[in-house]
Amino acid sequence: MIEDIELETLINEVYEYYGFDFGSYSRASLKRRVSRVFTLDGFKHFHEFLSKVRTDPEYYKKMIDEITVNVTEMFRDPSFYLTLRKEILPLLGTKPFIRIWHAGCSTGEEVYSMAIMLKEAGLLHKSILYATDINATVLETAKSGIFPLRMIKDYADNYREAGGQEDFSDYYIANYGFAKFNENLSEKMVFSQHNLVSDTSFNEFDLILCRNVLIYFDNNLQKRVVNLFDDSLAVLGFLALGTKETIKYSISQTKYKQFDKEKIWRKIKE
Amino acid sequence: MEKNKRVTNCKVVIIGGSAGSLQALLQILPFIEKPVSFAIAIVVHRKNSDEQTLEDLIALKSKIKVKEVEDKVKLEAGFIYIAPSNYHLLFEKDETLSLDISEKINYSRPSIDVSFESAAEIYGQNLVGILLSGSNSDGTAGLRAIQSAGGVSVVQNPLSADMPFMPNNAILHTVPDFILKTEEILEFIKEINIADF
Repeated sequence: MIEDIELETLINEVYEYYGFDFGSYSRASLKRRVSRVFTLDGFKHFHEFLSKVRTDPEYYKKMIDEITVNVTEMFRDPSFYLTLRKEILPLLGTKPFIRIWHAGCSTGEEVYSMAIMLKEAGLLHKSILYATDINATVLETAKSGIFPLRMIKDYADNYREAGGQEDFSDYYIANYGFAKFNENLSEKMVFSQHNLVSDTSFNEFDLILCRNVLIYFDNNLQKRVVNLFDDSLAVLGFLALGTKETIKYSISQTKYKQFDKEKIWRKIKE
Repeated sequence: MEKNKRVTNCKVVIIGGSAGSLQALLQILPFIEKPVSFAIAIVVHRKNSDEQTLEDLIALKSKIKVKEVEDKVKLEAGFIYIAPSNYHLLFEKDETLSLDISEKINYSRPSIDVSFESAAEIYGQNLVGILLSGSNSDGTAGLRAIQSAGGVSVVQNPLSADMPFMPNNAILHTVPDFILKTEEILEFIKEINIADF
């Protein structure tokens, strides 16, 4: 494990040289992630690692990709998706046009999950799904809609637990160990790089999903990001977080009403 | 090893286990009758589908209150905190808990090593780590980290463990401060912080 002082030095240097601010990331996780890259890449001394980051922008990019956590799955937490399908989509369906933002979408598995549910609800044609992440590499995977085939059995189970009744294998073509999801699912997706730490609101949405991203941020940054979502959410729109995340330390509770037991909140006033 | 060495100044007792550990936990936690002056964190491997049952079961049986672990919840003495399934449980300097969904470690998320190492960093000599039954090597590296940070390491006696592999592995690769049978672990926990008069 690297030392605290080394981590703080890295944070400062990255900010100074590249303008990227890790200063408000939760330290325990960040320290593990940085230590992992340091060890995996075979560094012996921290100053060597530091100077590599400083002088080699390509390495810096790779390091950022490694530090940010990109673990995701389709229909992650099926009961959450079941609530979306049963309770939230019918409400959104009454609108002429549905705007959805997946903030911190990683490799896009949850975006494709959403597209499948919208399609089954007959809403995909009038929806648009913005999917953003700070990591350009994962966005490329998300765009391609190609996921490892070995995960598909779990995803199909999740899909069914989340209320899916179609044949899940109709949604992709399997080949060479990969599943490529149908292009009619991705037609309504727009992928772009967006940094929740420093970028601002770019549209108004009816549903924002940001699942298991806030856990990496300290309370100050969580506040900033929840307020960014608030600025980006239409009145009566929904904010959905990961199963162990909460907005209660971040924004006035009179503005939002929690939906059942799931981590879904409805914005009830401007 | 000084068998009756008492532990004082303990802030956190962290317990890790895998297969067979639930039984041990249920022979320990419900029998701690008095309020405790430290927090108890529990990291147990389990299937995602068992999401709520472990919390519910321990909350039902234990006199010590279980606090739901949400991101950045404050770690307070006198409560039990259980690592949620599918997340790694980490400890922050401001005595809050944080969560992480990064890669599994030792095929496990939550990983005992991850939580033990993280707790060792923050709590140093104010930490007791207890490793229970299991059939996986998770926890050994974590116990080592706890010891090198000045904390106390306890391993369930493999003879009293349902699945002896995990405690055996820890005994093989580290020198635990205590190797205790299930009922001895209960007595050990009861005596924490009550030595000073």
